[in-house]
Amino acid sequence: MRTITYRDALREAIREEMQRDERVFILGEDIAGYGGTYAVSKGLFEEFGEKRVRDTPLAEEVITGAAIGAALNGLRPILELMTINFSLLASDLIINSAAKFRYMFGGQPEMPLVIRTPGGGGAQRGAQHSQMLETLYAHVPGLKVVMPATPYDAKGMLKAAVRDPDPVIFIEHELLYNVRGEVPDEGVEYTVPLNRGEVRREGRHVTLISFSRMVHLAMQAAEDLAKEGIEAEVIDLRSIRPIDIDLLVDSVKKTNRVVIAEEGWKYYGTGQGLAALIYEYAFDYLDAPIQHVNGADVPMPYSKPLERLALPNKNNIISAVKAIVPGALVGAR
Amino acid sequence: MAISNATLAGLTRTQLLEMHYMMLLIRRFEEKSAEEYTRGKIGGFMHLYIGQEAVGVGAVSALRPDDNILSSYREHGQALARGMDPGAVMAELFGKVTGCSKGKGGSMHMWSNEHRLYGGNAIVAAQLPIAAGVALADQYLGKDNVTLCFFGDGAVDEGAFHESLNLSAVWKLPVVYICENNQYSMGMAVHKAWAVDSLLPRAAAYNMPGEQVDGMDIIAVYEAVKRAAEHARSGNGPYLLEIKTYRFRGHSMTDPAYYRTREEEHQWRSTRDPIGIFEQKLLEFGISTQAEFDANDARATQVAEDAAEFAENSPFPEPEELYTDVMADDSTALSFRYDHK
Repeated sequence: MRTITYRDALREAIREEMQRDERVFILGEDIAGYGGTYAVSKGLFEEFGEKRVRDTPLAEEVITGAAIGAALNGLRPILELMTINFSLLASDLIINSAAKFRYMFGGQPEMPLVIRTPGGGGAQRGAQHSQMLETLYAHVPGLKVVMPATPYDAKGMLKAAVRDPDPVIFIEHELLYNVRGEVPDEGVEYTVPLNRGEVRREGRHVTLISFSRMVHLAMQAAEDLAKEGIEAEVIDLRSIRPIDIDLLVDSVKKTNRVVIAEEGWKYYGTGQGLAALIYEYAFDYLDAPIQHVNGADVPMPYSKPLERLALPNKNNIISAVKAIVPGALVGAR
Repeated sequence: MAISNATLAGLTRTQLLEMHYMMLLIRRFEEKSAEEYTRGKIGGFMHLYIGQEAVGVGAVSALRPDDNILSSYREHGQALARGMDPGAVMAELFGKVTGCSKGKGGSMHMWSNEHRLYGGNAIVAAQLPIAAGVALADQYLGKDNVTLCFFGDGAVDEGAFHESLNLSAVWKLPVVYICENNQYSMGMAVHKAWAVDSLLPRAAAYNMPGEQVDGMDIIAVYEAVKRAAEHARSGNGPYLLEIKTYRFRGHSMTDPAYYRTREEEHQWRSTRDPIGIFEQKLLEFGISTQAEFDANDARATQVAEDAAEFAENSPFPEPEELYTDVMADDSTALSFRYDHK
């Protein structure tokens, strides 16, 4: 094993898949000459050339449509939409075409499309550059939506996504690119499934569900809680659609209490969606209402102290856990 | 009168008669579907190609079998011209499992991998970006195929039109964009919607050749598309054709067409019918006879009838089909680890 950044893990995945399959190519704004606004594709243009590493004009709709058409006609494109905020311009093609072609054309089209796009905030980018919009795409039958939190998963899931026959929305996070983590040695081939979450830390007092950057805050919160004797079971959901519901239910059966910590807005968001499913599949196992930790229900402000308030932090998570894990419980079992 | 061996635009008598038959097949098929729609056998939105037959048939005749076609929701004409089975197309309209999209698409979502018809796209102008991508794949793989992308005058107003022409020109994609300008986008007259009343300046704006074509003249359409396709498949990049035509019926089955006069419609129907114009040309050149036209009409009418009968007698999809083909791996929103029965 070796330790690399999330960014480098993504680049390795792209390079390996491009080396493995000539039909794989990448396209997006500023991914070639610029090396990608987050440097994910740095060096790939020099290695693979302009046929397979394509800078596009600033035109989300046509580049998304082109990725769809290329996927239909025998290629395996990895499209980069610079941020999930800009994906809204392409959302018609993603939701009305990519997600629906196979079904409405009676199973005939092929759509092996990957759309990589970072979401989330925390770098003072302002309201139009800081959103976490995974729920919009996770709502739609016909799409897979994944959000890896670690370099290991970033690489493994991106490789799996490229090989997957269905359209995959692969949501990264701006503040994850520098996070370091272990991946297998070079030359060791692996993938991570696109439909399975992972227990990051076992615990018996509360199921703490999270995804993307918030997983790291959840782990920090769990460490702090452990010092007070509260054992949180941290689940990294990884796959927003499909949902690894049995993983969640198994944990709830053990802990009887749930906190869902996400960066996005609360109302009609992923957390509320997961909570409804847990109520549906594990109601009898709950000893307390599900607690939610969310970003503030406002457009993201620019000013640093306001932005800090708008984003959930580990103390929010700790408070949510303590709201439903009574002192009597801790140390009782 | 003796039938001459003259050709038109390099097309043989056999080819020309086949094109004539195909125009009639589309005409009779569309008339039959309108009838079936009124009888309640076809639901939803249905957009007829009556009046525009020369565009679909002329264009498709200029293609190779392994070229690609994308179209809008008014695509029955291209589907039939391409050689898709009329029974499968009619069954799709009826929502039967024998339909070309297994009944799950309907009038606006025809598809054929074999005939390389990639929709049937109901979001106006969505097919332009996708066509660019289909052409990109051919270019990438070193093929010399071309992609035809049909759209209407309404699609021209969408941002996707602009983006697609620009990208296709920048990347020199082998795509021919064909605007079937039938003068109205639903009820919006093109002279009220377009700041410039021709697409030629727009072709120039995106650095690609452009032509305006009389869409009621099937030979003019054929020749223009042949030119455009040769240009594109030879690596010279995209081409824009503005083909002027007219739809004899409303925008869709539910459109009473208050936005145009009955006089205007009558004028087009009686003097600019593409089938009549073609027949006149074939007679003039001594290539065919009224008897052969009538024989084609009889055959087309029968095939349309047979298609409706096939559709009528076909089964609907089974209830289980509701959940098939959402994903290639049949996954659903929840990926269970255990059997929950």
